[in-house]
Amino acid sequence: MLTAILIMALGAIVLGAALGYASIKFKVEGNPLVEKIEAILPQTQCGQCGYPGCKPYAEAIAEGEADINKCPPGGMEGVRKLADLLGREVKPLDAEEKPKQLAIIDEQLCIGCTLCIQACPVDAIVGAAKQMHTVVESLCTGCELCVKPCPVECIRMEPIAEKIDNWKWKYPVFEIKPARRAA
Amino acid sequence: MLQRLFKFKGGVKPATNKAPSVQAPIRIAPIPPRLVVPLHQSIGGQPTPLVEVGDRVLKGQRIGAADKWVSAAVHAPTSGTVIAVEERVAAHPSGLPTLSVVIETDGQDAWIERHSFDHASLEPERVREILRDSGVVGLGGAVFPSHVKLTPAASVPMDELVINGAECEPFMTCDDLLMRERAEGIVRGVAIFRDLLRPKRVLIGIEDNKPEAVAAMQAAVEALGENFEVVAVPTRYPAGGAKQLIRVLTGKEVPASKRSPEMGVQCFNVATAYSAWRAIAFGEPVISRIVTLTGNVEQPGNWEILLGTPMQEVIALAGPKADTNRFVMGGPMMGFDLPDLSAPVVKATNCIIAGSPALFPPPAPEMPCIRCGACALACPHELQPFELYWFSRSRNFGKAQEYNLFDCIECGCCSYVCPSHIPLVQYFRFAKSEIWSRERDKNMADAAKARFEFRNERDEREKAEKAERLAKAAAAKAAEKKPAPAETPPAPAEAPAPQTVDAEAAKKAAIAAAMERARLQREAAQPKNTDGLTIAQRKEIAEIEKRRAPLQAQQQTTPNADAAQTQNSQKDQQ
Ligand code: SF4
Ligand code: SF4
Ligand code: SF4
Ligand code: SF4
Repeated sequence: MLTAILIMALGAIVLGAALGYASIKFKVEGNPLVEKIEAILPQTQCGQCGYPGCKPYAEAIAEGEADINKCPPGGMEGVRKLADLLGREVKPLDAEEKPKQLAIIDEQLCIGCTLCIQACPVDAIVGAAKQMHTVVESLCTGCELCVKPCPVECIRMEPIAEKIDNWKWKYPVFEIKPARRAA
Repeated sequence: MLQRLFKFKGGVKPATNKAPSVQAPIRIAPIPPRLVVPLHQSIGGQPTPLVEVGDRVLKGQRIGAADKWVSAAVHAPTSGTVIAVEERVAAHPSGLPTLSVVIETDGQDAWIERHSFDHASLEPERVREILRDSGVVGLGGAVFPSHVKLTPAASVPMDELVINGAECEPFMTCDDLLMRERAEGIVRGVAIFRDLLRPKRVLIGIEDNKPEAVAAMQAAVEALGENFEVVAVPTRYPAGGAKQLIRVLTGKEVPASKRSPEMGVQCFNVATAYSAWRAIAFGEPVISRIVTLTGNVEQPGNWEILLGTPMQEVIALAGPKADTNRFVMGGPMMGFDLPDLSAPVVKATNCIIAGSPALFPPPAPEMPCIRCGACALACPHELQPFELYWFSRSRNFGKAQEYNLFDCIECGCCSYVCPSHIPLVQYFRFAKSEIWSRERDKNMADAAKARFEFRNERDEREKAEKAERLAKAAAAKAAEKKPAPAETPPAPAEAPAPQTVDAEAAKKAAIAAAMERARLQREAAQPKNTDGLTIAQRKEIAEIEKRRAPLQAQQQTTPNADAAQTQNSQKDQQ
């Protein structure tokens, strides 16, 4: 009896020590759930979700403060993935879904005020004071944050055109024809 | 010679339908009034255009330069005048436009100066360069730049070089006729590949339903005294798939994750070998190719057609019958419907089939999968198409990848045998392009995140630095104020004054020196970001520079204003 208790107690102590050691040794930096959520968010950093960037929104979701349907650039696809990850209900997107866009600066109108550079969260605009500015296409995430600050309204958003490089095979759809009636 | 053949799993035996188009020899198509030559005709980077509107070009003149190592040049197929460099419909299932050079031909067909090379006396690297600049790419349909494939793997010795003359797709006979009529050129081209790759053996695989081609190739090999083995392989679709042919001839299996040189084997199409020989021995770049025109036409056959010839004119050569309702580029198994007949013939165009409702009856309605397993038996890659179908259909792409979706070569055997008429390959293509697009999005998102984080960090740092600067300035002010009223030690008070002046002067000199250095550096290093621009872009830049020139001159005459302006702009930036 006593030996049994001793053995169990010893086991408990050893295992407890091992677990305690492991929790210190293999401590995970940051919140892994936030990282997983962030990996799903499109990193457009547009703030349309009401948070100042994708990470704050991811943190808010992880805390349970925010709904999962607030990110328009992520679209329904994003909502579905988040629902999958978090085991929540899929909800319709709380905004309109838009195709992916790209900012274009009308270089003839640009006065070189640098306001858009300051607004762009991913440094996708190049230019200098009183010089023409332009958007680096490959870096622009289409967040629209540069549109408002422009005092001469020379920035417009354009949907990204379908090119051969980014063309996709469509989901196979077949015409449904009424069956021919036997005459 | 006795050659042990291996077998690949699966495969199907569709009706070959090759007989109609092998009756006539290869005919040369007439030069059309206009050629539309797309710049992007191979896998890899898009070549940069080298000509502008109004230029006169000669036959074989380079009009697009390869922009990277994995890319191939394009050339003017005949002489004439460039009338446009613009987006034109491409021979692509999407029917979207791509940047093309439109040439109005002059009918003279005047060649540019040609140089022949002796590949044996050249560095292998130079030979590869010539092939790239001659636009030699895989003419079997994959259009992968050949020079890239001609680099042997450093670690694995090259055992076999496989030359693909199997041509397993139904209807298609362009390689068959090429082998019958131009076997010698092919063998000489294979010899070039052999000298670059130095394999232990060279195997030429031809399906056994082409006895004439086998005989012609054998005769050519013997006549040239080469030790290549010409092997007749059993006719079974897709024996002409590179991986299947390698498997049949060498018994090696190349997984999707590996490239064939890593397994000590490489595979080229016969037409590629032929074009490589023309490029090296005659200095003739790839400007035409042999195309099979067949199906529902009056005069099926093979034509040598200039690249860039619009499809309408090509089809007119064969005379489509009245009930033709569609045109397929490539074979019936792997090809696609041409969305627009103004698309030009490109390096990938091996066959055009006119289809009629009788020839290609409309697909029967798709029925549910009954899990009969016929598709898995037919798949030459031993995949489980029904599982892939299920996951692709439900957009469960992760699972589809787990089931090796990317090993699928889209051969169409599974769709061919499916009793439920499920267009399986279409689902696989959909899934693949969807996965690629997601990968692109993911990479973009990661890059955006990194840039966003970097920007935030920089903002913080700048803020901190500013605060520090302000604090220092405040401290300095405070320090200045303090000793002023005291005025106790007169001697040291004098001493620092000349020192500060000195320091100031030194600082100014240093700044001047730094500015001078920067100026010299600027002058020495030409701006690099204007390399590789299109002609249109360069023109635009020249125009802008012209507009700016008077302004700059004005600024130089009034240096003070200039300085003031820079100061202003610095202020603005802050
Ligand atoms: S709306 Fe979406 S993309 Fe925009 S900041 Fe919020 S999470 Fe990021
Ligand atoms: S350029 Fe404009 S739209 Fe594009 S990422 Fe920057 S701020 Fe957003
Ligand atoms: S052949 Fe067709 S019906 Fe049979 S298992 Fe494959 S997909 Fe399903
Ligand atoms: S298309 Fe893909 S899955 Fe179907 S048989 Fe061919 S390799 Fe197998």
